[in-house]
Amino acid sequence: MHDSAEQTTAEHDKPITRRQTAVYVYEAPVRLWHWVTVLSVITLGITGYFIGVPLPTMPGEAIDNYLMGYIRFAHFTAGYIVAIAFIGRIYWALVGNSHARELFCPPLFRKRFWQEVGHELRWYFFLEKTPKKYIGHNPLAQLAMFFFFVLGMTFMIITGFALYGEGLGQGSWADIAFGWVIPLFGQSQDVHTWHRLGMWFLVVFVMTHVYVAIREDIMSRQSLISTMVGGWRMFKDDRPD
Amino acid sequence: MSQIETFYDVMRRQGITRRSFLKYCSLTAAALGLGPAFAPKIAHAMENKERTPVLWLHGLECTCCSESFIRSAHPLVKDVVLSMISLDYDDTLMASAGHQAEAILEETIQKYKGKYILAVEGNPPLNEDGMFCIVGGKPFLDQLKHAAKDAAAIIAWGSCASWGCVQAARPNPTQAVPIHKVITDKPIIKVPGCPPIAEVMTGVITYMLTFGTLPELDRQGRPKMFYSQRIHDKCYRRPHFDAGQFVEQWDDEGARKGYCLYKVGCKGPTTYNACSTVRWNEGTSFPIQAGHGCIGCSEDGFWDKGSFYDRLTDIHQFGIEKNADEIGTAVAGGVGAAIAAHAAVSAIKRAQHKGDQE
Ligand code: HEM
Ligand code: SF4
Ligand code: SF4
Repeated sequence: MHDSAEQTTAEHDKPITRRQTAVYVYEAPVRLWHWVTVLSVITLGITGYFIGVPLPTMPGEAIDNYLMGYIRFAHFTAGYIVAIAFIGRIYWALVGNSHARELFCPPLFRKRFWQEVGHELRWYFFLEKTPKKYIGHNPLAQLAMFFFFVLGMTFMIITGFALYGEGLGQGSWADIAFGWVIPLFGQSQDVHTWHRLGMWFLVVFVMTHVYVAIREDIMSRQSLISTMVGGWRMFKDDRPD
Repeated sequence: MSQIETFYDVMRRQGITRRSFLKYCSLTAAALGLGPAFAPKIAHAMENKERTPVLWLHGLECTCCSESFIRSAHPLVKDVVLSMISLDYDDTLMASAGHQAEAILEETIQKYKGKYILAVEGNPPLNEDGMFCIVGGKPFLDQLKHAAKDAAAIIAWGSCASWGCVQAARPNPTQAVPIHKVITDKPIIKVPGCPPIAEVMTGVITYMLTFGTLPELDRQGRPKMFYSQRIHDKCYRRPHFDAGQFVEQWDDEGARKGYCLYKVGCKGPTTYNACSTVRWNEGTSFPIQAGHGCIGCSEDGFWDKGSFYDRLTDIHQFGIEKNADEIGTAVAGGVGAAIAAHAAVSAIKRAQHKGDQE
């Protein structure tokens, strides 16, 4: 059933119709990356929050406790995982299918792209009755993903490893690679502040992302959540795009 | 012919015995972390190399750097280094004053063109053509530029010369700037701190005088031997930090037990300085040991980050003074409310159009 993809598009005289019900969109590495990132970002957000505003004091002797140490360890480990996964994701954008690239390069200079962003916006403002069908991301989502997620994540990884380099010490790999970030912001305290602000930026992204994914799953004409689990995009109707 | 004048000559003339001189050399080697083999090398250098004069200028400042410097732990170090420096120009410490003092400054610049070290305490204000700081009838800005022109290297004493410090804090009415903003063509060694630790100051200047080279500097121009680690990296309260044991309030049990001061705003984790290793007042103590958090006095713009007692500091970029969590919760709250409203409208719309969807 699945391999009959795009069969009807050959009939040029008719409006484009997608008769098939499923397309393979997200390959396994992309799905794996997505869920690894979800878990890591949740870990980073929670542990990061408590690094800046620590939990109430632990009773007992210092030697019997290592709470802050564990929290920071979890943060740094998740930081490494998220960063390595992100690099892997960039690699997959180069070698994977065309949908793997959407995240990183929204076609900002194509007029039609912006028209469709407009259409999506009207749909979100309840001004369009029916949304369009998209195999990959819809244009608005692509734009939001790029600006909130790709840029936000890049910012967090760079500032995160700059702070991490301070702990590893001068001359460490993280200091050599990212140490220049500290004077760029002024001083270490400023990098902490912006790194924390970056967390809130990602919190807003996650809130919106989760809401929109659930809403679209219910209200649009295609599947979303199950797609990121199994990889297949299901369409709910056979009407033209 | 006229023999060259060495540091050793000068010291002997100042009444320092050979025995004291040799002691000084081993002390210096130890202070710089150089090992005993270096003591004879230092002695040799000081006996044979032509002495390097030091000019010490004072701009917009509180003189805390000088105050710190003259309290250097070992009296020998202080005497030796001071006897070397007071030879030349330091309007606060030198014997001569007025025109005589200014004449000495000029003479040294002429005689040792390209060879002297310029040490700057304080910084120049740029507003009103530098009129907020006048030395010898002229703006300090002019004196600084003039003396810097022929200097071999420049030391920026303290946070004023290095970053701007209190006179450059918002709203900076005199437009005071760190010296690297006006001297752009010379190596500048930053020795920040408000004030810097005495042993750090004498260590840096001795290193430069004895070896005739700059100490190894970090990315921002600070000597690595004293500024490569944060207070937090060597703080004796660090085990309490890792354990998650904090002073929550100034008079609580944790404060009495000497827990970590992170939650009451200690800036040790973001401050590069040697306090937790070298300490202050002949190695007696340092702020954290006395029960108060580090205020980050050796960091750029430390006056402008809000309260010294807050862990999360303020952001000024948005024209408001709020910390990251205040901004973050407000924005996330707004977005959350918008999502809830949007979800409600979506549900109503969907109910209305239930029939005509498919
Ligand atoms: C989704 C991504 C991330 C989030 C939401 C996040 C969140 C946070 C937060 C809220 C803080 C506390 C800031 C403060 O109040 O001073 C923090 C600190 C820190 N983060 Fe992240 N972070 C992220 C990614 C990373 C990455 C990739 C690294 C790299 C290893 C990293 C390393 C650090 C370090 C070293 C600190 C300072 C810890 C300390 O001062 O003890 N972070 N992070
Ligand atoms: S008192 Fe300050 S420097 Fe010491 S461990 Fe706590 S936060 Fe770090
Ligand atoms: S502990 Fe911090 S604030 Fe205190 S003198 Fe040292 S660097 Fe400055």
